[in-house]
Amino acid sequence: MNLTLKIWRQENARAKGRFETYKVENISPDCSFLEMLDILNEQLVDKLSHPVCFDNDCREGICGMCGLYINGRPHGPDDGVTTCQLHMRRFKDGDTIVIEPWRARPFPVIRDLVVDRTAFDKIIQEGGYVSVTTGGVPDGNAIPIPKKNADEAMDAAACIGCGACVAACKNASAMLFVSAKVSQLALLPQGRPEAARRVQAMVAKMDELGFGNCTNTYACEAECPKQIKRSNIARMNREFLCAKVCSEE
Amino acid sequence: MVTLNSKIPQGPLSEKWTKYKADQKLVNPANKRKLDVIVVGTGLAGASAAASLGALGFNVKIFCISDSPRRAHSIAAQGGVNAAKNYPNDGDSIGRLFYDTIKGGDYRAREANVYRLAEVSNNIIDQCVAQGVPFARDYAGMLDNRSFGGAQVSRTFYAKGQTGQQLLLGAYSALSKEIKAGTVKMYERKEMMDVVLVDGKARGIITRDLQTGKLERWFGHAVVVATGGYGNVYFLSTNAMNSNGSAAWQCYKKGACFANPCYVQIHPTCIPVHGDYQSKLTLMSESLRNDGRIWVPKNIEDSVAIREGRLKPTDIAEENRDYYLERRYPAFGNLVPRDIASRAAKERCDAGYGVGTGQAVYLDFSSAIKRLGKDKVEARYGNLFQMYEKITAQNPYETPMMIYPAVHYTMGGLWVDYELQTTVEGLFAAGEANFSDHGANRLGASALMQGLADGYFVLPYTIQNYLSSEIYSQPIPTTVPEFDAAEKAVAEKIEKLMSIKGTKSVDTFQKELGHIMWNKVGMGRTAQGLQEAIPMLKALKEDFWANVRITGDTNSMNPELEKALRLSDHIELAQLMAKDALHREESCGGHFREEHQTEEGEAKRNDEQFMYVAAWEYQGEGVEPQLHKEELNYEFIKVQQRNYK
Ligand SMILES: Cc1cc2nc3c(=O)[nH]c(=O)nc-3n(C[C@H](O)[C@H](O)[C@H](O)COP(=O)(O)OP(=O)(O)OC[C@H]3O[C@@H](n4cnc5c(N)ncnc54)[C@H](O)[C@@H]3O)c2cc1C
Ligand code: SF4
Ligand code: FES
Repeated sequence: MNLTLKIWRQENARAKGRFETYKVENISPDCSFLEMLDILNEQLVDKLSHPVCFDNDCREGICGMCGLYINGRPHGPDDGVTTCQLHMRRFKDGDTIVIEPWRARPFPVIRDLVVDRTAFDKIIQEGGYVSVTTGGVPDGNAIPIPKKNADEAMDAAACIGCGACVAACKNASAMLFVSAKVSQLALLPQGRPEAARRVQAMVAKMDELGFGNCTNTYACEAECPKQIKRSNIARMNREFLCAKVCSEE
Repeated sequence: MVTLNSKIPQGPLSEKWTKYKADQKLVNPANKRKLDVIVVGTGLAGASAAASLGALGFNVKIFCISDSPRRAHSIAAQGGVNAAKNYPNDGDSIGRLFYDTIKGGDYRAREANVYRLAEVSNNIIDQCVAQGVPFARDYAGMLDNRSFGGAQVSRTFYAKGQTGQQLLLGAYSALSKEIKAGTVKMYERKEMMDVVLVDGKARGIITRDLQTGKLERWFGHAVVVATGGYGNVYFLSTNAMNSNGSAAWQCYKKGACFANPCYVQIHPTCIPVHGDYQSKLTLMSESLRNDGRIWVPKNIEDSVAIREGRLKPTDIAEENRDYYLERRYPAFGNLVPRDIASRAAKERCDAGYGVGTGQAVYLDFSSAIKRLGKDKVEARYGNLFQMYEKITAQNPYETPMMIYPAVHYTMGGLWVDYELQTTVEGLFAAGEANFSDHGANRLGASALMQGLADGYFVLPYTIQNYLSSEIYSQPIPTTVPEFDAAEKAVAEKIEKLMSIKGTKSVDTFQKELGHIMWNKVGMGRTAQGLQEAIPMLKALKEDFWANVRITGDTNSMNPELEKALRLSDHIELAQLMAKDALHREESCGGHFREEHQTEEGEAKRNDEQFMYVAAWEYQGEGVEPQLHKEELNYEFIKVQQRNYK
């Protein structure tokens, strides 16, 4: 199939960006979206231009590195997939595809479609862990964990940190991302001792880094490629309230 | 010239590690603060090492290519991690895990290392549970296990089909805690370009900032390379796009021996190649072989009809299917080790029985669905089935999956002694980057185990034995001539690459390299093929340096330049792989020389001549590398022909 691409090009964080239009031809429907961009980049190299920069690594939906705003939706038109898992069979011959980077204040553009998501790491550094160090821990089976809790914790832990939730949210809120980590650890006995401190510190950091408030539109849940549930946000709110009440006592 | 000293502690196998720990030198807390350690790579090995060293009190700097340490390639591991817990009470033990690993590696690994690996495997599980890794559990709330290739016990711990992700996020969380505490400094999007030696010791690295192109210098009293494997030399592999063997290659060129480069693991269950635009291959976890049955049609006419679209796999009656693994290996069936399963698939396809493009076999879940019900199969493999469907647009609940072997893992890597130190003093290697504990073939779920063993439980001890003698070494300013020279060499290399302004893109060369390697240094190797590969690779290298075209600039983000730099190293590494494969006149594990097989087509080792680790030492540009042999002595295990029948 033949396609027209409108791609956001921006030299660096300070430069003014613009859309450029490109054409790609003879794209196989079995080709992945990123492979289609590889083909475009081969063309650009051929014409001695600078290839389009876009982040990617695993190309199987697990590392969270890819992330493009495609025709107005983070990770494109399919639900529950990352950009790298999107295939061209989803598009039609003659389509025009608009490709942009995540747009959110805490994720500044580095170049073209690449943004800086280190803000997520900073939030995790505030408490997205159990404070154990290596060694001196009990046997793995010493504390039984109800299967239901373990499964729910796993579902929350499946977040790949891609940032689509932030990009999808009109307030650039990071609630879904933060609540996924808070929930995972809140559901496990290992995470309980630090639960109150954790949720407060992570939420404070999130606010400090300029992520917006949650106004319950749940665009995040709809666009999350790992289908992280909004119930995590509810759990985090409970944890947060509880932590506040307890610390005020 | 180096001499290989594996530094294996004396004494009975089961006491070596305990004894080592009791005898080794430690660094006291006040001195730890004065010692700088550089860790390159944030995969399981790097992240766990940095977190553990930081917690001990060392000053750690850690580097990675990606935008966040959480994205290292380890994240993609699906199936699970082994440990000798014996929770299912099915007869597992440290001894058995040790034995299975040595045997799985076709008797080409070091006994003492493998025993230590099996010993610390249990600590890994405990550590990860304590970090909040949500391993799968049974209804009693206890940890669940599954079985994997090459073992008759269930010793694999898993977190859905995302074990690597959860283990890496565990290590990343430990790392994050240390970053917050200030003991570890994290540097993202900085690629190591060279290791700097001062007076023969590793004293730092040169990095390139992938956002600004800036070259930077970093000092460390010791350098740990945990940069993963080099499977991407084959272009198409299951490795992530940015996985590369470049850093290990730079270490090699600075004097660290490279061991067994020809030992490459080809994984049997990957989604087959379907187009020349393809950028990578996707693994379907080995755990699928627990319930999936592998087959091709018994009659060649049926295979032809399927390939031509006249028949569907579901049209082939049970009696006309050849479950060739069950037929050839009744004891292990579909769970034979990877090298064996891969070769068996190639054998059937080469004989004309392949399906799809001809380079594919079926992995069928219909009997599992009948036996367990669709729900149970979905609970076990749902996400993998989904992934398969997303890529191929076929529903594995209704029609069998198609799979074919693909390059997956590299057992070869930097030679290290018992302390994980390379032949360069102060330079350590961990995880897939070292030649490690897997001999000529790695068993499933053992790479995660090894990466975490190295990082959490081995390096934090062994590196101290080295650092204890460094407490009087003042930090070396990065203005000394050695750093100047290293940075200058990198700058010149980049300038040279950019100035070629040729006509062929980097990808063209990547694909050509992959093509040569897959065809001549792939699953079935011959002396003739290897002898052809060597001049082809030499010509490719010349062509690359004369005709590569890299567009864009050097002082901003430029993925073409990044790829070109890694590729330039991969071409040279490929040359060494071919050389090593040619010299090893035997078949063992992942290295299958067609001249050396039994009448039944099984790998035939030559223990008399080749029971050694081949460690290659760089001698300079254009000069043949020197081969050093570390003889392998099996004191505790009886060496046998590997038999899975
Ligand atoms: C698809 C897939 C599935 C797998 N499944 C399993 C499984 O189920 N069980 C199992 O045991 N094993 C599995 N493996 C193997 C296992 O995942 C890897 O061997 C292991 O994770 C390697 O870990 P590592 O820490 O050594 O390196 P990696 O995770 O590869 O990390 C390398 C790190 O080094 C960095 N780096 C590389 N070069 C440089 C440089 N020049 N400068 C700076 N940083 C650099 C990278 O950014 C990265 O952070 C699987 C592998 C694949 C490909
Ligand atoms: S919650 Fe979903 S969208 Fe947000 S970072 Fe995690 S995986 Fe991405
Ligand atoms: S590239 Fe890893 S999730 Fe898309």
